[in-house]
Amino acid sequence: MNNNNYGILVVDDEKIVRESLYKWFLEDGYRVDTAENAAEALRKLQSATFDIAFVDIKMPGMDGLELQRHLKEIDKSLTVVIITAFASVDSAVRALKDGAYDYVTKPIDPDELTHIVNNIINQKKLLTENIQLREKIDELTQFDEIVGESSQIKKVFELISTVAKTDTTVLIRGESGTGKELVARAIHAHSSRKYFPIIPVNCGAINDNLLESELFGHEKGAFTGAQYRRKGKFEMADGGSIFFDEIGCVSERLQVDLLRVLEAKQFTRVGGEQVINVDVRVICATNRDIELAVKEGKFREDLYYRLNVFTIFLPPLRERKSDIPQLANHFMKKFSQVMNKPVTQIDPEAMDVLVRYDWPGNIRELANAVERAMVVGKPPQIRKEDLPFQLININGIKPASDSIEEIEKIHILKILNQYNWNISKSAEVLDIDRATLYNKINKFNLKNR
Amino acid sequence: MFVEILGARNFEKLDVGLLCIEVKSAFNLEVSFRKAVMDFGATFDANRLQYNSTQILHLLLNSGKIQNDSKAIILTDLDLFVPILTYVFGEAELNGRAAIASSHRLHNEYYGLPKNEPLLQTRTTKEIIHELGHTFGLIHCKDYMCVMHSSTYVEDIDLKKASLCISCKDKLEILDGNRLK
Repeated sequence: MNNNNYGILVVDDEKIVRESLYKWFLEDGYRVDTAENAAEALRKLQSATFDIAFVDIKMPGMDGLELQRHLKEIDKSLTVVIITAFASVDSAVRALKDGAYDYVTKPIDPDELTHIVNNIINQKKLLTENIQLREKIDELTQFDEIVGESSQIKKVFELISTVAKTDTTVLIRGESGTGKELVARAIHAHSSRKYFPIIPVNCGAINDNLLESELFGHEKGAFTGAQYRRKGKFEMADGGSIFFDEIGCVSERLQVDLLRVLEAKQFTRVGGEQVINVDVRVICATNRDIELAVKEGKFREDLYYRLNVFTIFLPPLRERKSDIPQLANHFMKKFSQVMNKPVTQIDPEAMDVLVRYDWPGNIRELANAVERAMVVGKPPQIRKEDLPFQLININGIKPASDSIEEIEKIHILKILNQYNWNISKSAEVLDIDRATLYNKINKFNLKNR
Repeated sequence: MFVEILGARNFEKLDVGLLCIEVKSAFNLEVSFRKAVMDFGATFDANRLQYNSTQILHLLLNSGKIQNDSKAIILTDLDLFVPILTYVFGEAELNGRAAIASSHRLHNEYYGLPKNEPLLQTRTTKEIIHELGHTFGLIHCKDYMCVMHSSTYVEDIDLKKASLCISCKDKLEILDGNRLK
């Protein structure tokens, strides 16, 4: 950025001071203006923007101290530098306490003047950069992955925005594939911690001994193979959030450690003695019946209460079927970009199949189904035939009527598809013998597609 | 257009011939040197024991010593100041006709160091080119090697070259109608 983009206002009742500084800053390439008193300065600040104001502390009428306050009222981002004589350094100190950036004593050392201005400009540049980076992060952390307009998901959005602004521990509950991690990330992204990391820990995927080291880190030589000191997830999440997925899987021993960290916000690395303090927000998720685990003594009650401060229940997809078209289109667009495949719509018949299916694997299953359809299908649309086999056969055939015979036909087809047309297994599940099943297949003209 | 360097006091230690060559090389203009008798008494500040460079510029502009179609720079050894600053090495009328450069603070002896006349010559040359640059409308340059880089210490002056960077040369061409080509 050129100096010309920065404006400096010189406020001094002495003409020679105004002229000298005007010329000095002009030669440095700044946009400069001068004012001989407070009233003129305030007028000029209202009609143009300045980045720095050099204000003489002693002026007739409103003095520099009072002017500074008024200038800041008009433009908070304005940096004020007080010009003072040696005799009034006390006043300059008062000005600093009132928010002035610095003060210079008359006559000003040219080098000091250059340094002050350069420092202010550099600080302003950093501030601008910082704002730009924050905006970029905000952009990157827009959570368009949580899709839907159903009343159930709207309630979830409300809960996320309510709890995000606090530091409360959150427990996210829901079936597998309902998007618990996305909700955790959304909470983090909308919190004041968003410029720090969110560290996910999948408690179900790591064995107990490793999990301890993963969480708290270890010192060199803490165990065989620990050749270096290593930071744990808690340390990595300092300032940000830590997300425990499958918290219900944590062993009883680790539950004690976790409880201690959550209460004291400090821990020691495995094999270490140094106490490490961390500032971490905890978000947990589980698909287990954690209350039952508490009752059975498998999950500590005190840890349960510590974690279960604010709970968000994620509805299974079958309970918010109205969101399925939007979700399916969302995944179609996403995979279309990833695969660079120009698929732009989902055939109404295919959408009907998607909406009618119960999605036991929830959104994850839906995403997989759409991804598969994108792989096997031909642009520009996803057709019913492109959807996974079981979806079409179970949902693709609508009962022609509500007659027992029609429902029987659909049910037999569903079981046959479910067991990959294994006649013996299907007959066993249907509780009929194989011959009867063959007869039914012939009668209903069922075919293995 | 030509440039006149007006030797106003204690310039004898300097090689003015070489100075003219260097200035000519920087601006590609005719440069001449002549001794000028001027009374700076009225610009002296008895409290500061320094001379007000802004007032000296006014003196020069009103002296009739600047010829038509020329720019003039006073070369002196007076300790210069502008009222708000503790000192200046020189001053110029931005995009104007008059400038002043002082060797007072360019001497090594001023900083308690051994005399170094070649260094004084180089520093003075750079200061003269710098101030003249302002009279051609050039402002301070970010390039620390460029003679138009702002210098508040002699060490800054020593770092830069006695010539304009490409960017300042380009600006000068734009400002002065391709005169350098």
